[in-house]
Amino acid sequence: MTDLVLENLCIGTLSNVSLTVPGGQVGCVSGPSGSGKSRLLRAVADLEPHGGAVFVGDTCQRELPAHQWRSRVVMVPADSQWWFEEVGAHFPDDGKAGLPSALGFPPGVMAWSVSRLSSGERQRLALWRALVLEPEVLLLDEPTANLDNDSTEAIETWLLEEIRRRQIAVLWVAHDVGQIHRVSDAHYRILGASLERANGSD
Amino acid sequence: MEVIDLAWWKLGLAAILVLALAATGYLARLGITRNLLIAAVRTVIQLALIGVVLEALFSSSGFYWIALMALVMLLVAGREVVARQDRRLKGWWAFGIGTGSMFVSSFAVTVLALTVVIGPEPWYAPQYAIPLLGMMLGNTMTGVSLALDRLNETVWRQRGVIENRLMLGQSWKKALEDIRRDAMRSGMMPSINAMAAAGIVSLPGMMTGQILAGSPPAVAVKYQILVMLIISVGTGFGALMAVSWGGRRLFDDRERLRLDRLEKP
Repeated sequence: MTDLVLENLCIGTLSNVSLTVPGGQVGCVSGPSGSGKSRLLRAVADLEPHGGAVFVGDTCQRELPAHQWRSRVVMVPADSQWWFEEVGAHFPDDGKAGLPSALGFPPGVMAWSVSRLSSGERQRLALWRALVLEPEVLLLDEPTANLDNDSTEAIETWLLEEIRRRQIAVLWVAHDVGQIHRVSDAHYRILGASLERANGSD
Repeated sequence: MEVIDLAWWKLGLAAILVLALAATGYLARLGITRNLLIAAVRTVIQLALIGVVLEALFSSSGFYWIALMALVMLLVAGREVVARQDRRLKGWWAFGIGTGSMFVSSFAVTVLALTVVIGPEPWYAPQYAIPLLGMMLGNTMTGVSLALDRLNETVWRQRGVIENRLMLGQSWKKALEDIRRDAMRSGMMPSINAMAAAGIVSLPGMMTGQILAGSPPAVAVKYQILVMLIISVGTGFGALMAVSWGGRRLFDDRERLRLDRLEKP
């Protein structure tokens, strides 16, 4: 079981962010738009220069070559990108075969052309694309933003199952209070320059 | 065979034709008159000056004078590479990468062609070295600037894709793979097209010039083949170096995409 640990992380307007997310648990991050939620995730993934330190278990971000770090700490952005013609080309072979039924795709989706996917479908496939890499940490930037209520809850249930089973530590940026209630083990709010832990009672 | 010299006043006849075109353009409001006239004046002045310089260079044949000439040509080409990129790297990087890759590829290939293939005495004889280097630099310059322009522009447009690929744990080289290939292709395309069309669609300028100057066509053809081959080699290696150095500079030591290193157009 590996924990995600942030120590005095400074990025953009946020400063001295320290928190721990144990493996298998979800830390939700909320805050007004433009407050730096996405940039916080980007700093944890080491996509932007930042201050402070990030650990996965005993491994420090700086000790690993950046691409190795990012294959253990995988980020799913709010608008996922698809660069090949076919859906399947974005997945390794075992990822193509084992597409979970909870995502609600008919068999054969891997042969679809990317242009045929709706934004919600892209978002669900992007989650699977990240999971097949077997990350130790997942950084989710509003993973259900383009989904309707029914599929949002289905995806939440499926994600939580995977997170518990694979013991992944998750930072989850969310807007919706209901969602934060359903998925989070800890909830952090951005208040100006600092990240503060909210106490259960939203 | 004696070459017919052209009297200056005969060039005036050609100039009158340009004036006629300019006047027509002006009357028809095509908006090209100004550019046409400025370009025509520039070409007359620049070529007249280079004629004087080459006359002096040929009569002295000193190695250092020729090296100085080559250096000036290289620096002007480097400046041109910078000017032809809309989004270029900030600071001296754009100039440094363009000039460096042109220097390595075109000088190496030119020197190789001079010493091994043509073999004039001395090897830097200006009559061979300067025109050869000029053709090499001119084409390498086009290739390098096209490749760098395409590289920077595509990286800018596809920043989302590149970053998403980085997020999935790909190395910067892997994330840039397609774009690098694309940039190489656009740098190489003019010389590949020129080779494909040579002799059928177009009679290349160098060969034409040599034939006008009285060389047997068989000799002119051999020189032209040599020149086209080494131009492609020089352009290819130049674009290759420019794209790999330029691509490296777009990422930092933590393999982050650093678009802040590009100028805004």
